[in-house]
Amino acid sequence: MVVPALFMLVASFLQRGPHGTLIGPLTLANYLRFFGLTETGFDPLYLLILARSVFFALVVTLLTLLLGYPLAFAIAQSRYRELLLLLVVLPFWTNFLIRIYAWIVIFQKKGVVNAFLGMFGLEPLALYPSWFAVYTATVYTYLPFLVLPVYTAVERVDWTLHEAAQDLGAGRFRSFLHAVWPQTLPGVVAGVLLVFIPALGTFVISDLLGAGRVILIGNVIQQQFGVVRDWAFGSAAAYVLMGLVLLGLWLYARRAGEEGLDRLI
Amino acid sequence: MATGTRKPPEGPPAVELKNVRKVFDGGTVALDGVSLSVREGEFFSLLGPSGCGKTTLLRILGGFEVPDEGEVHIAGQDMKDVPPFRRPVNTVFQNYALFPHMNVFENVAFGLRMKRLPEAQVRKRVEAMLELVQIADLARRRPHELSGGQKQRVALARALVNEPKVLLLDEPLGALDLKLRKELQIELMRLQMELKITFVYVTHDQEEALVMSDRMAVMRAGRIEQIGLPEELYERPRTPFVARFLGTSNLIEGTAHKPHAIQTPLGPLQVVAELTPGRDYLLSIRPEKLRLSRTPSGGPNEVRARVREIVYTGAENQYILRAGELELIAYTLNADISEPGYEEYDYGEEIFVRLPPENLVVVGG
Repeated sequence: MVVPALFMLVASFLQRGPHGTLIGPLTLANYLRFFGLTETGFDPLYLLILARSVFFALVVTLLTLLLGYPLAFAIAQSRYRELLLLLVVLPFWTNFLIRIYAWIVIFQKKGVVNAFLGMFGLEPLALYPSWFAVYTATVYTYLPFLVLPVYTAVERVDWTLHEAAQDLGAGRFRSFLHAVWPQTLPGVVAGVLLVFIPALGTFVISDLLGAGRVILIGNVIQQQFGVVRDWAFGSAAAYVLMGLVLLGLWLYARRAGEEGLDRLI
Repeated sequence: MATGTRKPPEGPPAVELKNVRKVFDGGTVALDGVSLSVREGEFFSLLGPSGCGKTTLLRILGGFEVPDEGEVHIAGQDMKDVPPFRRPVNTVFQNYALFPHMNVFENVAFGLRMKRLPEAQVRKRVEAMLELVQIADLARRRPHELSGGQKQRVALARALVNEPKVLLLDEPLGALDLKLRKELQIELMRLQMELKITFVYVTHDQEEALVMSDRMAVMRAGRIEQIGLPEELYERPRTPFVARFLGTSNLIEGTAHKPHAIQTPLGPLQVVAELTPGRDYLLSIRPEKLRLSRTPSGGPNEVRARVREIVYTGAENQYILRAGELELIAYTLNADISEPGYEEYDYGEEIFVRLPPENLVVVGG
């Protein structure tokens, strides 16, 4: 784990040579370029993509939370929870790419959704490629990463605290807010991180379901290592992204204290 | 044991149950037609072995279980369809159920804040309550930093600060060691008398119930076996179960042959109660009521017995005696014993045992 990371760190301070090789001398140019400080003036292209990616990851995380949190409760309290848990994990048994291609089949012009709409004589929708398709598939992909830790937290909830809060005059909602939600918080934080971090670096889903129209920071990095063969700039962009995630974690740890960090791990 | 100086307070019922029945999903009958009434300001205990329905009864009062049949009134109000958060009661839960993410102050303030009291008033009342239960110095601590006894005080303060009409306590001292339990028993009685709040106290510890209660009910298999003053239940148990569950009892079977005499394996015995000749009865006598002596005392109901076993418990000696086919247990105070190894009576010695008629209680027939 350390060796590739160190290699990338060094690479991010080098320059692209002919045919995509890495050459010296050491330079900060890659980072300056990312932050839009070029010789020709300020160009926020990459910062905008980064901001868009953060927004995308936040929305995805929020959507998975809204879907996954109640789902985790429903599973934990269901009589069929073993079966339901299996259904949550089931997608992992299929290749990730195949699942994403399945969404293309569902969303494409003559796909499942449009065929269904057609039965009612409705006009087909342009669902693929689109942001909508990218959001749907990303939420779908990362939902289990939120459901599982929240489910574990719900399983361990001490329900007598819920009773105690009601006994002390809290209605059902306030009791949930004060007595149950705090108990599930460690699961929520773990789930949110497990969704947010990969969603921030997503490139396969945006590539396939966005078909070139949806550019996220993940796509930028992937292109540098792929088509463009500018490993130096790709490494720099990757390190900016990593720095952003670490900064977020550090801010969280500072707020929640050591206790919060322990809970996280 | 109860001192007998505390008089049960008179007044309108704070809690009234009429024919309450509760059957759980699996078909278990938790409560089978329970009726009782608790007076205002009373310290009332529900005593029984686990599974007797006492906790279910408390949960019905708290609103956490809904009875299948019967009526529940608290402070004169019908509690049908009243959710827990609108009931004039508060609960001290068995494992305290303190909120782990709040400190002691916040835990105690919770109920008042839910009522949206002004913060200044919340502060005043919480501080006064913490003072009352003697944990004012722990206000900023989290529950996991507290000992069992301290947690218990927080749980009490958190419930009492709301000034409930009735305080429900579910085996609140069950998890504490003996010494602390005794301390807190006295503390609880002091608080109850000071605040004049009705307590409904669930316990499986018979001594605790006897010590603390104004009145108590012994429960068994979803029913109330007997209800009354602690002294009444101890001295005059009405069923063999009460006789055995509250303390220890010698149970003696027999057939009445006269209105005040009964034929038993120990021979004919005189009793105070009026019996129907020809009928079978079960008698009970407490071990400390048996009178032991080397020479016959000449009183009624004296039988011969042999000492089988002597158990030294510090304050008293427990003798296991063989009288005919019956085994009797007798307790004697160790007031006269000063040297180790010295016992009043010896192993295997034949002695006289007197069963005073006024202490022979009919517990079944």
